[in-house]
Amino acid sequence: MSFLIQPNDPAATHPRRMFLGKSGLLLSGAAVALMAGQDALAAAKGGKSATEDVSILNSALGAELEAIAAYQLGAESGLLQKPVLDLAVTFQGHHKEHADVLAKTIAKLGGKAVSAKEKYTFPTDKLKTQADVLRFAAMLEKGAVSAYLGAVPLFANRDLAKAAASILGDEAMHWAILRNALGETPVPSAFMS
Amino acid sequence: MKAIRVIFAVLALAAGTAQSRAPSADAKLGEAVYSRCLACHALAYDRTGPRHCGLFGRRAGSVPGFAYSDAMKRSDIVWNARTLDRFLANPTKAIPGTSMGYAGVPVRAERAALIAYLKQANGTPECAKQ
Repeated sequence: MSFLIQPNDPAATHPRRMFLGKSGLLLSGAAVALMAGQDALAAAKGGKSATEDVSILNSALGAELEAIAAYQLGAESGLLQKPVLDLAVTFQGHHKEHADVLAKTIAKLGGKAVSAKEKYTFPTDKLKTQADVLRFAAMLEKGAVSAYLGAVPLFANRDLAKAAASILGDEAMHWAILRNALGETPVPSAFMS
Repeated sequence: MKAIRVIFAVLALAAGTAQSRAPSADAKLGEAVYSRCLACHALAYDRTGPRHCGLFGRRAGSVPGFAYSDAMKRSDIVWNARTLDRFLANPTKAIPGTSMGYAGVPVRAERAALIAYLKQANGTPECAKQ
């Protein structure tokens, strides 16, 4: 998996620290968008549009919680080798941050956040190699990009749309890196749908 | 001569059968469109959204054990190509209050392809096991 690290790349010295540092900047975008809209969120609490926004956020939260469980399955499978294993754990951390922001936002809007399921169903019979796990993760990430893309225009609160778009960008990067790790074209098209 | 005709007839029948089993061009495009659904749905098991095996002819909101929105349970819809086309074009307009917070598939040809794929997928062994 040496293609993940380029020669003379400062990330090669401390790849995980660099990766986390950069992603932290990006993820703070979602948090900032929500914090900036805190008053608007409080004002919207309990209204019809807030109820609809909570429903969308809860769907997103449900998918994020499932993604966390999926990466846990991948990390514990024994099929992932370093540095791919580190990537999986890092991406899982992002999904945890997404879930945390989504749950807090739902609460601010007066809603009740969904909880993680006790048990998730995954196609474990089809996950026999590292490539299988990467392909499965890539499929989830691509689906997540599409799901957020489909949710962004529905939010009544534009701060929420902005935060969802920020998460979308993060999921798209996961998808591209997973595709790269699989030896596929990382960004196969100019537009996402 | 008669034997040759019989052979041709058998070959034609076999070709026809193979053609009917192969995914149509629509279904192939539909599979690509279906990748947009894979954050929440799977064919054979429930996730954030319900499973799609057994979809055609099923009453909306009726997969046992799945926690649907009240709006979906009350929608009185039976899923077929027509109702799916209407729902997928704009889910929250078709069923206000649905928990499927997704803007939909606005391109008619993509919806048709997606529905063709779902029909084809429902005839596969993965769904037959359900």
